[in-house]
Amino acid sequence: MANIIVNGEPLAVDDGATVSDLLVEQKVKMPEMVSVELNGTILERPTFPETVLKEGDKVEFLYFMGGGA
Amino acid sequence: MNLTEEQIERYSRQIILPDIGGVGQERLLSGKILVIGAGGLGSPVALYLAAAGVGTIGIMDGDAVDLSNLQRQVIHTTDDVGVQKVVSAKQTMNEINPDVNVITYEERFTAANGPEILKDYDFVVDGTDSFGSKFLIADACHFAGKPYNHAGILGFSGQTFSVKPGETACYRCVFREAPPPGSVPTCSQAGVLGAVAGVIGTLQANEVLKFLTEVGEPLYDRLLVFDALKSSFRNVNVKRSSSCPLCGDSPTITELKDPEEEVCTL
Repeated sequence: MANIIVNGEPLAVDDGATVSDLLVEQKVKMPEMVSVELNGTILERPTFPETVLKEGDKVEFLYFMGGGA
Repeated sequence: MNLTEEQIERYSRQIILPDIGGVGQERLLSGKILVIGAGGLGSPVALYLAAAGVGTIGIMDGDAVDLSNLQRQVIHTTDDVGVQKVVSAKQTMNEINPDVNVITYEERFTAANGPEILKDYDFVVDGTDSFGSKFLIADACHFAGKPYNHAGILGFSGQTFSVKPGETACYRCVFREAPPPGSVPTCSQAGVLGAVAGVIGTLQANEVLKFLTEVGEPLYDRLLVFDALKSSFRNVNVKRSSSCPLCGDSPTITELKDPEEEVCTL
């Protein structure tokens, strides 16, 4: 297992788990719903499936919010 | 500018703040702010800016007040249903504070009208309700070098940050491009709590007042995310992206273009 931080909360993920796996785990239905920041840098969406999470990674899911009226 | 006796009394509770004072009040009175959207976010923004004595406030919206707006768009009243939102908003703002020059734009912000309108203002507030408008405002402010505050709300959540184009992380540094239609629910589909719009809109007003009075730390390079269910805020640091399509090293967005139609119809 790898211990990471997701939106400020500790989480253990399987070894080899990718950002795409984490999206599923966090119940994000479609990758288009979030921007993902890994250790302070926004990830390009096409790299989600190949980006493997490592011990100590800090992940932020930034959700698209289009409302305002 | 010399404050009148009436102004000194009206604004006394903020003039007394050491960081504001008479100088800060004069800055507010000579400030020019464009508020895009007179809805859930735009209502508290416009109300607090007018009350604080921001001298010139542009307010832009092409819609009329609908009964279903009143649960959160607190600048409008039941009698205003059917009235253009900018007309209703201006009336309320001037009832609160006749000092304020409210300029109304009864139209949507577009690639055609936007640049000409925002050049007259010091700072822009995005209170719109669609990704198309939010990205367009971010782009227009980038090309005009105009600082702005972005915000979005949905359900029990909201977020906001400010951008100084070319210097701090922009909306596209973080979110790149509008999600495909249907992938992210709109407010009319997912709903939104009125008080969430109030919290985030009030934060936007706060950022404007800080900007004009040059007080405190702007919401640059950090997204402030509000969770109404937990009653918690998180600051998420964001930074400029070298691959940002707007302000990165090799930008792909080089001119202002209207988005594909996609509106959060409320």
